[in-house]
Amino acid sequence: MYAFEFERPSTVADAAKALGEEDAQALGGGQTLIPTLKQRLAMPSKLVSLSGIAEIKGVCKADDGALCVGGGTTHATVASEAKADYPALAALAGNIGDPAVRNRGTIGGSIANNDPAACYPSAVLASGATVVTNKREIAADDYFQGLFETALDEGEIVTEVRFPVPEKASYQKFEQPASRFALVGVFVAKYADGVRVAVTGASESGVFRWSEAEAALSSNFAPEALDGMAPPADGMISDLHGSADYRAHLVGVIARRAVAAAS
Amino acid sequence: MSQIHVTATINGDETEFLCDPTETLLDVLRDHLDLTGSKEGCGSGDCGACSIILDGRLVCSCLVLAAEAEGRSVETIEGMAEGDKLHPLQEKFIEHAALQCGICTPGILVAAKNLLERNPNPSEEEVRYWLAGNLCRCTGYDKIIRAVMDTAAEMRGAA
Amino acid sequence: MPADGGIGAATPRREDVRFLTGAGNYTDDINMRGQAYVAFLRSDVAHGKLKKVDTGAAAAMPGVIRIFTGEDFEGVGGIPCGWQVTDRHGEPMQEPPQPVLAQGKVRHIGDRIAAVVAESLEQARNAAEAIVVEIEDLPAVVDMKKALEPDATKVHDDLKNNLCYDWVFGSDDAAIEGAFSKAAHVTTLELVNQRLVANPMEPRVAIGDYASHSDESTLYTTSQNPHMIRLLMGAFVLGIPEHKLRVVAPDVGGGFGTKIFHYAEEAFCTFAAKALHRPVKWTSSRSEAFISDAQGRDHVTKIELALDAENNFIGLRTDTLANMGAYLMTVAPAVPTYLHGTLMAGCYRTPAVQVNVRAVFTNTVPVDAYRGAGRPEATYQLERLIDKAARELGADPIALRRQNFVTEFPYTTPVAVQYDTGNYHGTMDVLEKIADIAGFEKRRKDSEARGKLRGFGINCYIEACGLAPSHLVGQLGGRAGFYESATVRVNATGGLVVMTGSHSHGQGHETSFPQVVADMLGIDPSMIELVHGDTSKIPMGMGTYGSRSLSVGGSAIYRATEKIIAKAKKIAAHLMEASEADVELKDGQFSVAGTDKSVAWGDVTLAAYVPHNYPLEDIEPGLEETAFYDPSNFTYPAGAYACEVEVDPDTGKVEIMSFAAADDFGNIINPMIVDGQVHGGIGQGIGQALLENCVYDETGQLLSASFMDYAMPRADDVPFYAVDHSSQTPCTHNPLGVKGCGEAGAIGSPPAVVNAVVDALQSGGHKVDHIDMPVSPARVWAAMNNA
Repeated sequence: MYAFEFERPSTVADAAKALGEEDAQALGGGQTLIPTLKQRLAMPSKLVSLSGIAEIKGVCKADDGALCVGGGTTHATVASEAKADYPALAALAGNIGDPAVRNRGTIGGSIANNDPAACYPSAVLASGATVVTNKREIAADDYFQGLFETALDEGEIVTEVRFPVPEKASYQKFEQPASRFALVGVFVAKYADGVRVAVTGASESGVFRWSEAEAALSSNFAPEALDGMAPPADGMISDLHGSADYRAHLVGVIARRAVAAAS
Repeated sequence: MSQIHVTATINGDETEFLCDPTETLLDVLRDHLDLTGSKEGCGSGDCGACSIILDGRLVCSCLVLAAEAEGRSVETIEGMAEGDKLHPLQEKFIEHAALQCGICTPGILVAAKNLLERNPNPSEEEVRYWLAGNLCRCTGYDKIIRAVMDTAAEMRGAA
Repeated sequence: MPADGGIGAATPRREDVRFLTGAGNYTDDINMRGQAYVAFLRSDVAHGKLKKVDTGAAAAMPGVIRIFTGEDFEGVGGIPCGWQVTDRHGEPMQEPPQPVLAQGKVRHIGDRIAAVVAESLEQARNAAEAIVVEIEDLPAVVDMKKALEPDATKVHDDLKNNLCYDWVFGSDDAAIEGAFSKAAHVTTLELVNQRLVANPMEPRVAIGDYASHSDESTLYTTSQNPHMIRLLMGAFVLGIPEHKLRVVAPDVGGGFGTKIFHYAEEAFCTFAAKALHRPVKWTSSRSEAFISDAQGRDHVTKIELALDAENNFIGLRTDTLANMGAYLMTVAPAVPTYLHGTLMAGCYRTPAVQVNVRAVFTNTVPVDAYRGAGRPEATYQLERLIDKAARELGADPIALRRQNFVTEFPYTTPVAVQYDTGNYHGTMDVLEKIADIAGFEKRRKDSEARGKLRGFGINCYIEACGLAPSHLVGQLGGRAGFYESATVRVNATGGLVVMTGSHSHGQGHETSFPQVVADMLGIDPSMIELVHGDTSKIPMGMGTYGSRSLSVGGSAIYRATEKIIAKAKKIAAHLMEASEADVELKDGQFSVAGTDKSVAWGDVTLAAYVPHNYPLEDIEPGLEETAFYDPSNFTYPAGAYACEVEVDPDTGKVEIMSFAAADDFGNIINPMIVDGQVHGGIGQGIGQALLENCVYDETGQLLSASFMDYAMPRADDVPFYAVDHSSQTPCTHNPLGVKGCGEAGAIGSPPAVVNAVVDALQSGGHKVDHIDMPVSPARVWAAMNNA
């Protein structure tokens, strides 16, 4: 790692101030950032750890029924504390990586990084969640902007993610065998006003909504509604773990399984 | 780059150390505190050889900055036995010969202990899933899984 | 024999307590006073001409002690190859030099350009980054077939081409052509045995140290064979006489072959420590391991089997391209030849077998032995081919194998080796029982009811183990002796220290070797301590690889212990005033047959060192013996493996439902340790079959360069294994009757898995004959949809 200063503020305001310094970078759970630093692929002047900020940790319920997850909440905490209110989200969190990753990694860190194979972006997008930062609120549809790209400004901190709780939902993941990230992951969420389907792992542009599936499922929320359907292979990732054709095929299979499992 | 003064409880003892901001908890354990039982197998959180317990939770110490340990409790393999009295997992690992070269073993024991504290009656599937973060290249995992399940059964019996 | 703890006892491993408590002493746990740290600057291109290596600015950076480049090693020897293969025309293989640091060219991703020694590792890395390197890119030679084209770019300018050797072995052309011309059926298969990364969980580490007052160099290294490193590095690279060079391999965190070889980093640290008069430490990161540890396998093969009208195997011929990578590592040339071609007959009495191997240089990381080394490749080809033949002929795959088994021993194959003993029907009988083959069809129906395709795969392997015998190995091009050594030192108070040339890095020698001695002497094994891994403490030994430790190293211990017993009996006879011929040793007591005279083990050992009442005119005081054991033949473990898989037809994902292994390892010293060795081998074999793949792109960049892309088998990828080694035909030529068990699992499992997957797909109506490993979901899905 290149040399950097370290700061661990206890409030969002102090963190935002520290992140105002040139080349300062926020440190969430560090499960991606620390390996990146070790490979010398980043050279921050200062790391601002968000781990000491109590106000961005934990899961609670808003007055409108939305589930609010603090940006600094670990996957393990979401897995246990969201279980009653949003079981599909809890299950997603409980299956990210391995126990050590789940105990350190945070939702804010995950969606700020927006890895195209990460699980959380699919939940945020399929739930039509709102990403709350220290500056503003961003709708999920506006938040994810491609591979490792988000609407966040430099130094902006994800303080909370508000998930409208669906009637039924499920996330199913087909793992890339080495990294155990999603080769294809599909989050299906059924709301009173329609179904949202978000796909991670598959596309060269990162997480995306599969609108054809949403339309089909909105009129008939059943696996059969997706029979024979798969998104076009164009724009899907092709690598040593699977071709674009294979990924496109898997999206259909995994989406059907998600619908079947939705509860 | 100024050094950071950290106070943490390590294996029950309040411990102070100085570290660079760039040093990981694994670096400090191994290089400053001479607790070399935790190993670096990959440095990227993919192998689990550096597994420790931080405030009751299993983490890869290679992905935790040492400065983040301030005020927290750290448990390593060196704290698992009480003096010469081995932890039941350690005993069962001997009984089953659930290790070979031994390099991944401290991490696996730490992870398994944390599992049994949360789930005293895990199924085979649950043990395999929990330990999927710990790579072992020698054993094919068979005896490790058996030893963990056997320990769980014995500890339930003793409880 | 003691109640427990002797030969055949499942004694708990005595080394385990230190590993379980974090008290193991691995090389990276060693830190020397005043040590400096090394960072290597490695090539990020696969092939290029070094135009400039400017270390000026880097050398001035904080903490830098010195920067070394290829120039510093111009007068120093290169990394030697320990095996010379002679090609089909009687010419020696092409053997390029491998400099410690690159000279003029870089030839693979990770090739060493410079080495920075600094006060801290981060300082060394900072300076390595600041070295200015200009490389003129050259076309990278990656694909083996393209590498052999006449106009291919040469990896080594001084060689004629990229062909290391073209080797033919076994039956002559007339015999082979005769067999194929009269065949009623010929089955042909083309397959790839993909490149693997050994990935022991402990990355390599080397620490050089130098004592100027005595001019002695010491190297601490993660090695499977410290004496071999001392010999190769001392004699061929650095010119340090053996008495001035000590090599220590302390606790080593797994080897699997890749820690056999002498690596440039070891030579560098030893060299730099002497140049700087400071201990110099290098610890490989995992990323560095992916581009600097010798890799394994990487064969492309066409294999053909000729059968007569009664389904008897009458001829077999193979044509293999074997990737050597950019340089020849220590035993690399032997792997596709004498460790592969000689096993091509398998368990079958095929009268004509011919093997052709062309070894090829490419701009990739060097390839050498990885668990099984050549034998997994041989088994995989043959057993996939037999499965295909059975399908084409409508024959039962087990019956077809049984029909062609070798049943009379000794049996000399057409590929030169002589199987001393075996019982292939015996292991198959065991397998049929433990794999519950009779119940398969019901399980298949259950799987089908759940929408899954179930497949059953079988495999019979044979391997040649116990690397030795020196006279044979020498004839075949080995440049070293392959005996093993042991010294048994009995202390005055009766305890023993056994010093072995074998090295334990997971095999449990500290437990099983004393079991042999305890059994022979009738004493408690806790009285025996094993010493290994330090050239200053042990007799010159050849180390651990090729499942040789027990059969060769254990036999050396046996021989040394025999000498101890013989001398102890002389002493006992003197003490009891009896004739030596009448003295018996049982349960640690010497007695005179037919009398009540006896003396205890401790009385004799004490007399040996306090020779007040002692036959000094006949024998010397003391009780310490050394033996060097060099066997007359290899050993031939064999077995039958079965795998059941379920394939998800929607995704192509393969799940291993069960795995059974019936092995014949001859006599067993510690069954618990043997089980573990087999489990581990199966785990690695399943890894090869389903998960692992080392892939370069066409420019020679490594695509699978971390655990994020190189899929290692994890706890939830594998099942429990059913393992049985009750079918035993003891080796006929070593005193313990043992054969070796370290590699069997890795040899026997990949074909069983792939055979099962193909069977599953066939059961679903997919006309799939073959899928190359790893049988990943994507590949299975593609195969289902193309067939």
